[in-house]
Amino acid sequence: MKKLFAGTALAMMASTGIAAADAHSTSACLITKTDTNPFFVKMREGAMAKAEELGITLNTYAGRVDGDHETQVQAIETCIADGASGILITASDTSSIVPAVEQAREAGLLVIALDTPLDPIDAADMTFATDNFVAGELIGQWAAAALGDEAANARIAMLDLAVSQPTVGVLRDQGFLQGFGIDLADPNVNGDEDDPRIVGNDVTAGNEEGGRRAMENLLAVDPMVNVVYTINEPAAAGAYEALKSIGRENDVLIVSVDGGCPGVQNVADGVIGATSQQYPLLMASLGIEAIAQYAEDGTVPAPTEGKNFFDTGVALVTDQPVDGVESISVEEGMALCWG
Amino acid sequence: MSATDDYEGAASGAKSEVAQFEDHDRGFIGRFHHALHVTPALVPLIVLVSAIIVFGLLLGSKFFSPFALTLILQQVQIVGIVAAAQSLVILTAGIDLSVGAIAVISSVIMGQFTFRYGLPVEISIVCGLAFGTAIGAINGFLVAAMRLPPFIVTLGMWQIVLAANFLYSANETIRSQEIEAEAPLLQALGWKFNLGGAVFTVGVVVMVALVVILAYILRHTAWGRHVYAVGDDPEAAELSGVNVKRTLISVYATTGFICAIAGWALIGRIGSVSPTSGQLLNIESITAVVIGGISLFGGRGSILGTFFGALIVGVFTLGLRLMGADAQWTYLLIGVLIIAAVAVDQWIRRVSA
Repeated sequence: MKKLFAGTALAMMASTGIAAADAHSTSACLITKTDTNPFFVKMREGAMAKAEELGITLNTYAGRVDGDHETQVQAIETCIADGASGILITASDTSSIVPAVEQAREAGLLVIALDTPLDPIDAADMTFATDNFVAGELIGQWAAAALGDEAANARIAMLDLAVSQPTVGVLRDQGFLQGFGIDLADPNVNGDEDDPRIVGNDVTAGNEEGGRRAMENLLAVDPMVNVVYTINEPAAAGAYEALKSIGRENDVLIVSVDGGCPGVQNVADGVIGATSQQYPLLMASLGIEAIAQYAEDGTVPAPTEGKNFFDTGVALVTDQPVDGVESISVEEGMALCWG
Repeated sequence: MSATDDYEGAASGAKSEVAQFEDHDRGFIGRFHHALHVTPALVPLIVLVSAIIVFGLLLGSKFFSPFALTLILQQVQIVGIVAAAQSLVILTAGIDLSVGAIAVISSVIMGQFTFRYGLPVEISIVCGLAFGTAIGAINGFLVAAMRLPPFIVTLGMWQIVLAANFLYSANETIRSQEIEAEAPLLQALGWKFNLGGAVFTVGVVVMVALVVILAYILRHTAWGRHVYAVGDDPEAAELSGVNVKRTLISVYATTGFICAIAGWALIGRIGSVSPTSGQLLNIESITAVVIGGISLFGGRGSILGTFFGALIVGVFTLGLRLMGADAQWTYLLIGVLIIAAVAVDQWIRRVSA
C-alpha cells in the first residue's frame, strides 16, 4: 500500500514536472504591495483565474506591509532568475523600483504596472489603472449636481490620504475639485486652492480612525461643513462616525472613491452619497492576457487613446442618479465590488 | 567591669537625632528642581497648561470651548488607555511594542466572535479581553521566565499578532451599521453624554478612571511598589523579597488586558471593526509615556504624567490643525517635545543641581 502510494506520488511529480516544462515559455509574476488588503486579494484572484484559463504559470509575491520596497525588489529579481515572460507590479515605491524594473525589461520581460503608475510612468512597458482624476471628477460633478444652486454656498471638507501627497491622493482630490467646479491652482498640489468654499484639508491614512479624526478637526474649524470628499471608503466611514456624534449625519453629503463591497453597502445605507468604483480584478486579468500575448508574438499593449496608460475604467455608484452624470445602481455596483 | 568598658556611657554622649537629610536653602531654581524631582508629573502638566493657554490666546473660543477641549479627550482616549498600559511596562524598565497589535486583534476577536460564530456579544467581549490578557501573559512569561529582552519579545509578538490579525480577519471590515443593529454593546465605549456643552464618551471616562485607579495602585499597594522596585533594580528587589518573575508576568498580562479594553474603545470610536486600525499605537503610546516623564530606564515617573503626555499630543494636534498648519508641523513639534522631555528628565535626575 505504502509502495503504491509512493509510486503514485512519484508519477504525479513526474507529470507535473512535464506540465511545468510545457508551460515554461509562459510564466508570469504578480507583485502586490501587500497580500492582506482586499484590493490586492481581488487582484490576485483575477490574475490566477485568467492564468489558469490561459495555461500560464503564475507566481505571486507581496510586500509584508504597504511601503515594503525591499521585498518587491527581491520578487523582481526572483522573477528574472525564474525566466518569467512578464511581471505585473503594484509598486510600493514608484520611483525607487525603477532600476529593478529596468533590469527586468533588459532581460526581456514585459513589465506592466497595475493600479499605481511608476515614476516616470514610462519606466514600465504599460500601466493598467483606474483614471483616478476621472474617478474624482465623477464624484465632484455628482456632488455639485446633487446640491444644485446650493453648490455656490457649499462648505467643503477635503479628507486626503497622506501629508506626502502621493499621486493617487492628489489625482482624486484635484479631480473632485475640478468636477465640483473649483479652480485648481496647481493641479499637482493639494490644498493650494483659494476658493472660500473649501473649509480645509486633512489627512486620514485611508482608514476609519484617520477619517474620524480628520473630520473632527475640520468640524472644529467649521461646524457647518456640508460636503465631504474622502480619499476612500474606510475614511468615509470614519468621517460619518464623527458627523453622527454631533447629529449631522443626515445633512452632510459624503463622496468617496474605491468601490469595495463595504463601501458600496454604505452607499446603499446612505452613509456615502456616491462613490467611484475601480476594478482591480479587471486590471489583473487584462495584465495576464497582455503577458500571454507578449510571450506569443512580442506585442506590447497599447495605451488608451489620449492617455499615457491603459484605462481599466471607473463607474459612479449611487442610488440617487443626477442629470448629466452617468452612474450605475447600487445593485450593479454590488455585483462588481471587491473586498 | 572596668571603667573603659562603659558602653552605655559612651552612647549617652552621642547625638540622639535619627539620620536625616539637610534641607539647606537652594534658591528658586533649586526649590523648583526639587519640586520637579519629587513630583515627576509636574513637567508635563506645566507644558500641557502652557500649550492650552497659548492655543487659547491664539485661537480664542474656537479652541477654548467645551466642545473643542472635550474633543481632545475623545481623540486621545485610545492612545491614553494604551499609554497607561505602556507606562506599567516601561516602569519595569521594559518596553511593549505589541500594544497596538493586541488592541486591534482584541477588537477583531470581539467582532468576529459575534458575527462569524454568532456568540452573544457579552461573551465575545469577554473572549476579546481574555485573549488580550493571554498575549500579554505570554510576553511576560518570555521576559520574566525565559529572560529574553522585552524589546525583542514584543517586537516578535507585534509581528505575530498583527499577521494573525490579518489572516484571521481576512482583512474584512465589519461595518458600523451591522454592529449598531445587531451588537450595539460592542460600541458601548463610544456612547456619549453631555455635560454643559461638553461631550464625553464612555471611553473617555474609562480612560480617566483607568489612570486614577492605576495611579492609586502604583502608589499605595504592595504590587505597585514592587513594579517600581523591579524597574529600579531587579536584583535588589529580588533580595528584598519581591517575586520579580511574578511581578513582571502580572505587569505584562495587565498591559494586555488594558490594551484589549483599548480595542473595545476603538470599536466605539470608529464604529466598525477594522483590522487595519491602530497601526501606530505602539509608537504613539511610547511618545505619550516619554513626554509624560516616565524614564525609559524604569523605576521612575508617574502614570498621571503619561496621561498629561497623551493630552499634550492631542492639544498640539488639534491646536495646529485649527491654525491651519500642515499636519507635518505636528510631527515636527512632537519630535522636539520628545527630545526635550528626555533632556528635562536627565536634568531632574541630577539630584544635586
